[in-house]
Amino acid sequence: MKRMIEFELNGQQVTAEVDGGDLLLSVLRDQFDLYGVKESCGAGECGACTVIIDGRAVTSCLYPAMEAEGRSVTTIEGLAQPDGTLHPIQESFIEKGAVQCGFCTPGNVLSAKALLDKNPDPSEQEIRTAIAGNLCRCTGYHQIVEAISHAAGRKS
Amino acid sequence: MSPVNYVGKSLPRGDAREKVTGRAVYINDLKRPGMLYGKILYSQQAHARIKNIDTTKAARLPGVRAVLTGEDIPDIPLGFMRDNRPLKKGKVRSYRDEIVAVAAISPEIAAEALELVEVEYEPLPAVFTPQDALADGAPLIHELDARNKPVKSNKLKLPWRLICGDVDQARGKSAYVAQGRYRTTWVNHCCLGTSGVIAEFDLNRNLTMYSITQIPYLAQNDYLAALKAMGLKDSQVRIRCQTIGGGFGSKLDTHCYEFIAILLANATGRPVKIQFSREEEFLAQATRQPAIMEITQGCDAEGRLTFRDVHMVLDNGAYTSWGATTPSVMMVPISSLYRVPNVRFVAESVYTNNLYSQAMRGYGNPQATFAVESNIDQLAEEAGIDPVEFRLLNANQSNEITPQKFKITTCGLSECLEKVRDSLGWQQHRKAKAAGETSTGYKARGQGVASLIHVGGGARVYRSDGHGMIMKLDDFGKLKVFTGAVEIGQGVDTVLRQMAADSVGMRIEDVDIVSHDTDICPWDVGTHASRQTFIAGNAACHCGREIRRKVFELAAGQLNRDPEELDMFDSVVYVRDAPREPGQRLPPADSGDRIPLAKLLRKAHFSTGGTMVMAEVFYDPPNQMLDREFKGNLSCSWAFGTTGVEVEVDLKTGHVEILKYFAAHDVGASMNPMLLEGQVYGAAVMGSGYALSEEVRLREGRMVNGNFLDYKMLTALDKVPVTPIIVETFDSAGPYGAKGVGEPGCVPSAPAIANAIYDAIGVRLDSLPMTPENVLAALKERFPDS
Ligand code: FES
Ligand code: FES
Repeated sequence: MKRMIEFELNGQQVTAEVDGGDLLLSVLRDQFDLYGVKESCGAGECGACTVIIDGRAVTSCLYPAMEAEGRSVTTIEGLAQPDGTLHPIQESFIEKGAVQCGFCTPGNVLSAKALLDKNPDPSEQEIRTAIAGNLCRCTGYHQIVEAISHAAGRKS
Repeated sequence: MSPVNYVGKSLPRGDAREKVTGRAVYINDLKRPGMLYGKILYSQQAHARIKNIDTTKAARLPGVRAVLTGEDIPDIPLGFMRDNRPLKKGKVRSYRDEIVAVAAISPEIAAEALELVEVEYEPLPAVFTPQDALADGAPLIHELDARNKPVKSNKLKLPWRLICGDVDQARGKSAYVAQGRYRTTWVNHCCLGTSGVIAEFDLNRNLTMYSITQIPYLAQNDYLAALKAMGLKDSQVRIRCQTIGGGFGSKLDTHCYEFIAILLANATGRPVKIQFSREEEFLAQATRQPAIMEITQGCDAEGRLTFRDVHMVLDNGAYTSWGATTPSVMMVPISSLYRVPNVRFVAESVYTNNLYSQAMRGYGNPQATFAVESNIDQLAEEAGIDPVEFRLLNANQSNEITPQKFKITTCGLSECLEKVRDSLGWQQHRKAKAAGETSTGYKARGQGVASLIHVGGGARVYRSDGHGMIMKLDDFGKLKVFTGAVEIGQGVDTVLRQMAADSVGMRIEDVDIVSHDTDICPWDVGTHASRQTFIAGNAACHCGREIRRKVFELAAGQLNRDPEELDMFDSVVYVRDAPREPGQRLPPADSGDRIPLAKLLRKAHFSTGGTMVMAEVFYDPPNQMLDREFKGNLSCSWAFGTTGVEVEVDLKTGHVEILKYFAAHDVGASMNPMLLEGQVYGAAVMGSGYALSEEVRLREGRMVNGNFLDYKMLTALDKVPVTPIIVETFDSAGPYGAKGVGEPGCVPSAPAIANAIYDAIGVRLDSLPMTPENVLAALKERFPDS
């Protein structure tokens, strides 16, 4: 059964017509053209589809779109300012070489953001735990961890 | 050449901004107007005759535009031995076999249509190990060869045999001999971006492939052959690569699904997209080649290697892709890692009803090095020599020729070994071990090393190892570099930009790379063999020099000087010995001794009898193809490295933790330390996953762990504390002295870890992956009573 839901998406109030079975991932990609939300496994196992919902990093490929009703959803497209100024985490990812093929990057950046918003000064272990669900085949994680801790230092 | 301004610096990637903002367009994100969605039905049997396929219900489903089976398509032979077809006809030979394809207006309808297809099989006896496949009376996987001649056995007609010197004689004269049997298994590339393609015909029947291939120009050829078989002999093919979500060799072959997309697009007259799910990626994407390896090595009384004898059996799976040719690279470490005068290597590939294999980072090198370097430790122990000392004694040196006729021009292997030894605290660890301080309670620590040799200057695996490049200066003094190199995440675009900027003398902001389009960019043989930094880099240096020459010719008239008197820096042409302010590289702006490139170009364009500035180069390195005996200097530059690890083994759980991981690489020269380290980190972790956790598990040919929960890639929590150690030997053949480094990092991980485990617990793990269960099982076998 289709239903209209209303939620906040990257700072804007939006509405979407969704079905009970619709997953947030496909609604974001197909209805809002937010292709930065990546699908890699579709089963909650890789983190490529990570978005932030009410401050929490969530795998949108398992998240029922209906559940987004009344919530605040941030995708990678919502991080940079409209004038193109990047979020400090994005800057750090670029500067520290945390990006290779880039397919895991939106998810890793958003997991990092959810972490740093709660814990501005995380330990390496806390960073690794926060991105444990974000698989990366290219980087071996080292430069991603470095980028996140650099971003933490930069923000404070 | 102009002064070095960007080469050697840790500049961020050019495409990083698009990638951190989610703007980069991968094949997964691409749609074309009027596009249909293709889906593939795979076999439900390991080996069976296809008695009947009923597609009537599927074809009648609203929204379905085409249904194809093997019976509906022309014969399009695929694979290295031409033993594969896009859709199988008559029989299936493995669970990954494509049998029906559907195109529909949505992916959901396409999937629904596949469920309506009814396939009747007549099961055939199947074989799942090379031993069974070679047994008398084993069922034949392929009854006919590519020329339709009946075959007698499942053995591939691909005899790999490298003989250097006299192994049997050397064996008789050896003071010490050690023997081992090693096994590696199937692993998946696990590119985070799953495979996909869009095939689109225009009204002239020309084909555009929106693609993710690593070999655009060879793929063009493969697709053209298919079009010909389809009766489209005048059609052209254009390949437009999208942002690629990981390569690692998985895109070095053209795959069945790509041809299926072409067939569906042809049948429907619409663009057709096939996008793999993760499950499909595990099922249908060919893996790394598994190997069963028997090795014997010997040394003299002083510890000098006398011979190396290796025999391998490779489970080829049901069809041939590049996996079948991995012995060509296995030969590299077998013949030439350390100085060993007598070498014998024999390998045979055998068809089975398992998955088939293809190229993967390092090709066959990680497999072979696992055997060679594990066995070196066995031999060193036999001879009573410290494993690092043993390796140093036998290390390759600059300016030597190996038994396979590789010419080693620069070699940093000894330096790599020494640096890793010292970084690990090898001696201290030996002392601590002797004092019984390396094991406490249920934990034991150990150290191990392993080295690598790999092609570092491309590899002539085809007749050509060439790369075409065009450079063009536009009206605004910006340089466009047109290259056939494919950016698969490794950073080639960025390194090429650095080299192009420096070789011309421009600001890097003024340089752009144009790639990924066969209509626009010149020919290149492929993004494989760690070759692009070296090959495309050399092309950039040559091409850049040509641009400089032309610019100076133009500027000479403007500045009233001879071209030889001119130089260029920061995109400004200037008189080399003109007076200038102290500390300034360029003469003052109003001096008349300089002219900005942009101004110069406009003058060149906007004048009677004007001109433009472009240059082109086709760089083909002085690499040799292996001869009939598999000998020759495959690569004009050779990369070396050593990995050293310290592990802690939990004797109760079998868990292996990596406490230290030093990866020393002779990279010739570092072009971009940050990107270089990125390759080293990534490869080390991929190699550690290969060593410890990754395995595509097949039960009677059926994959049982085709998802990221059950297939264990390492996560950020499985910390591998990699420290890259960069050794520079400045190879004069390389651009700015560089060698290739994309693959080498993952080559020695597994044997280094296995050697460290042995050092810790006295048990040699001879099969990958070395999971906790396998470690415990090996412990139990070795110490049954404890
Ligand atoms: S795509 Fe959602 S977790 Fe993998
Ligand atoms: S950068 Fe390629 S998967 Fe992370």
